[in-house]
Amino acid sequence: MSTRETAEKRSLWVDHMVRIHTSRDRAAFAELYDHFAPRVKGFLIKSGADASLAEECAQEVMVTVWAKAHLFDASRASVATWIFTIARNRKIDALRKQRRPEPEELTWGPEEEPAQADVIALQQESETLARAIAELPAQQRALLEKAYFGELTHSEIAAQTGLPLGTIKSRIRLALDRLRHAMK
Amino acid sequence: MKNNIKHHLTDQILMGYSAGALPEAFNILVASHLSLCDECRAHLASFDSIGGAVLDSTPGALATLDDDSLAAVMARIENTPTASAPVRPKRRDTTVPAPLCDYIGDDLSGVKWRNIGMGVRQAILPTSSDATARLLFIPAGAAMPDHGHNGTEMTMVLQGAFQDEDGYFARGDVETADADVNHIPVADIREDCICLAVSDAPLRFKGLLPRIVQRFIRI
Ligand SMILES: [Zn+2]
Ligand SMILES: [Zn+2]
Repeated sequence: MSTRETAEKRSLWVDHMVRIHTSRDRAAFAELYDHFAPRVKGFLIKSGADASLAEECAQEVMVTVWAKAHLFDASRASVATWIFTIARNRKIDALRKQRRPEPEELTWGPEEEPAQADVIALQQESETLARAIAELPAQQRALLEKAYFGELTHSEIAAQTGLPLGTIKSRIRLALDRLRHAMK
Repeated sequence: MKNNIKHHLTDQILMGYSAGALPEAFNILVASHLSLCDECRAHLASFDSIGGAVLDSTPGALATLDDDSLAAVMARIENTPTASAPVRPKRRDTTVPAPLCDYIGDDLSGVKWRNIGMGVRQAILPTSSDATARLLFIPAGAAMPDHGHNGTEMTMVLQGAFQDEDGYFARGDVETADADVNHIPVADIREDCICLAVSDAPLRFKGLLPRIVQRFIRI
């Protein structure tokens, strides 16, 4: 798929989220479902769930996407990242049966619509990141996938010198400056 | 938040938190540090983005949905109200980061300390058993018993400060010590030091605490 097509698709998902949020658009939700539900289910299977538990959890994750659509902020995360965090938390809850301590919520000041420029910048940075990951040598990419699909324990992650964290982080500045600015 | 934090979470730990690979005890410390540190919070956003990118584009991990999957979800959202954002109650005393409050209560007054010798006290938090989280109380000017580590130990300062071979650690700072570290943290003379310490393997004490005692106090 060409870069331009991918970029269009990503902004499309943001639009889908807006339509789900503002007008409870079921057609938009169904399209989002077709794309993300098989990915979330696959993520859960790789993390150790059997097919029926993974199906159940994937459905719950997507119901959460619907119920929390108004909390999605396109200036802070891509749609894929937001869904990833929901799926990850569901995984910890359902598979590892643990609480997931979360940091204190930030107070972002009076609630307002995120500036369109911030949304575009964040979505572009997400695109740059996805491309950087896609272009990694196969072995490094495989390691990342293993880490995020729950196939590495935390001590394996800590011991893993082949993880391309520096490479990736030097190629992105994801939201760092803007995030700090927003919290002043 | 205007904390003057100098010692941060490592990339490996942030990635482990993002991937959901850490034991509960470590998650408490990470979430507590993130509550005080905007820099690490922003880094975490980067690591979550990696998770998003991996989820979005790993073709080998696509699963086939059940036949009635979409219909089932459409039926469920029919009856699903909009969920509100989680709201934690406002607290007066903010010495204890919010994620830690979920384990010990609003402030440190309710902590049930146990003496472990030399004036040092500890309280073990209830977590999953794959790692241990405990609060440590080190009197001003006192030293932690000399010890080494079998696994990874992380220590975050909540009050006061301590000094060891690796540097000076004050409120919000996190020291990450691996198996090759042997250290003797000494609390700053100006204030009693209270830390949150997590480890995924028992500590190794040199002499001061016989191993039999170690078993009883679960350090
Ligand atoms: Zn930090
Ligand atoms: Zn230590």
